[in-house]
Amino acid sequence: MSTVFDIRDLNVRFSTPDGEVAAVSEVSLALKPGECLGLVGESGSGKSQTFMAAMGLLARNGTASGAVHYGGTNLLTANETDLNKIRGDRVAMIFQDPMTSLTPHMKVGKQLGEVLIHHRKMSAREARAAALDMLKRVHVPEAERRLDMYPHELSGGLRQRVMIAMALLCGPEVLIADEPTTALDVTVQAQILDLLREVRVQHGTAIVLITHDLGVIAGLADRVAVMYAGRIVEVGDVRQIFRSPRHPYTAGLLSCTPSLENRVTATALTTIPGQPPNLQRLPAGCAFHPRCVKVDDRCRAERPALVGDTACFKAEAA
Amino acid sequence: MLSYIVRRLLIAIPTFFVIVTACFFLMRAAPGGPFDAEAPVPPEILANLRAAYNLDKPLVQQYADYMVRMVQGDFGPSFKYKDFTVTELIAQGAPISAQNGLAALILAIMIGVPVGIMAALNQNSRRDYTAMGFAMTGIAVPNFVMAPTLILIFAIWLKDTPFQLPAGSLGDGGVKHRILPVFTLSLVYIAYLARITRASMIEALRQNFVRTARAKGLPYRSVVVRHALKNAMIPVVTFLGPATAFLLTGSMVVETIYALPGIGRYFVQGALNRDYTLVMGVTALSAALILIMNLVVDVAYAYLDPRVRYDQR
Repeated sequence: MSTVFDIRDLNVRFSTPDGEVAAVSEVSLALKPGECLGLVGESGSGKSQTFMAAMGLLARNGTASGAVHYGGTNLLTANETDLNKIRGDRVAMIFQDPMTSLTPHMKVGKQLGEVLIHHRKMSAREARAAALDMLKRVHVPEAERRLDMYPHELSGGLRQRVMIAMALLCGPEVLIADEPTTALDVTVQAQILDLLREVRVQHGTAIVLITHDLGVIAGLADRVAVMYAGRIVEVGDVRQIFRSPRHPYTAGLLSCTPSLENRVTATALTTIPGQPPNLQRLPAGCAFHPRCVKVDDRCRAERPALVGDTACFKAEAA
Repeated sequence: MLSYIVRRLLIAIPTFFVIVTACFFLMRAAPGGPFDAEAPVPPEILANLRAAYNLDKPLVQQYADYMVRMVQGDFGPSFKYKDFTVTELIAQGAPISAQNGLAALILAIMIGVPVGIMAALNQNSRRDYTAMGFAMTGIAVPNFVMAPTLILIFAIWLKDTPFQLPAGSLGDGGVKHRILPVFTLSLVYIAYLARITRASMIEALRQNFVRTARAKGLPYRSVVVRHALKNAMIPVVTFLGPATAFLLTGSMVVETIYALPGIGRYFVQGALNRDYTLVMGVTALSAALILIMNLVVDVAYAYLDPRVRYDQR
């Protein structure tokens, strides 16, 4: 089975004035060519930091250990020059907030063009033509005019389309989408998801979709990995997990999604009791045990390893 | 943008008159008068003097007369430097102050901004701490301490070495005579610029769009120069506006210690001598400069951040 992007045993630590924070622990993920992997979890579960680390974009106080392989290069140990041959070219990334993720003082055409000028050694004129072409392919209306606009002159949805166009310019093999729809209106969200689906089909790009929105995952992903407190707690085929989740946390997340069918019975929204844990003071044993409905003494004492598809002692019963 | 500039200049005119008016009456409100410091003169002579300098009329009349002449570019005769008009004094001194100020400004930008960027890129490293340590020293040491210290080092201890520098005065007019005064003048601005640039650069490097630029695979140098720098320059420009106005109008301390005939000393000497017209002249000059520099800063904002637009209603 071929793998295009391989994360092995990744650990991410942040040193803070209050001590070390274990943001990501022992995460392994393998991405197959052209597949769409969903990565879900609450805020602070480490889902974004996993790929920030993989792309060498950690904040200054963060360190990553383990390995992230792309085409024979370990991105964690590669020097800046080698990393920059892959970033934005073979592996591209789009971010949550298209308002702040584009440079405010640079025209859209220039921000797009510089990717091609750098990676493809194009002239400014060629880069502009290619940028225009890409804007059209991501269905930006009046694309020619947009090239000479500043990001603040575009709507949120258009900015995200510009971000996606920027990511696709070099025809990457892997697109990492970090909460691509979170900051957008619901109707615009649907349009952006349609676009990502199209990207996958037309370009054969493998997509990592990082989100806290299970609805987004259901619509796009083939496989899903669920993260909790910096660890993967369940991973598997998206249909199977939605139909019969094995980890109590996944089951809890799914039951939190309001559904039109059971509106008769559910008057209040279902929630998982308790708070996500403080990463500096993780509970002993399974990090989820204080909030788990199936908790017993073993869960409190011992941390379950990711065996097969899930990290839970109670998985058989689930 | 042009209509905005014109509008701002039109608004600056009433502001300018308010400043000049306030200054006029504040000067007169201060106790004492221009002729009190001299040996007591007979009342008849004093009356003649007051009449000659137009001080015998009611205050409002004086104010009206002064304003009418000022609008025509006539700031009147100096009370202290007799035989000179204020316009002549400023015309002689202003170029000297402005040259030194401009040189100090350029020096401050050329050193302060790169040092600040370097410190930000190496945040919390030894280089950062060293640079910021020097900057703190530059801010903490007043220029009336710095100037004599520099004179001691470069004019006295290093005498007869290639590093010897003249202790100011215009001398033969050579560049060498300007080195110490310009350096003294710029030191505190180098320090402030380094600190402001460092802080705003650190802030800019944390922005999401800088992360995007890095994710695009651009070399770090072009991430910094093309994406972060322009954003980081906004606080620097804010500081440079009024700083330019202050630098160009000279410094009393520096001009006194290095014996430079600029206009910086007129601010203090004029006020102490109750040289009403001279104080009014230098105040009008620096008020106009500050008003212009504020406009330049606002126009620069629009260049640095296209979200700033002045033309729309």
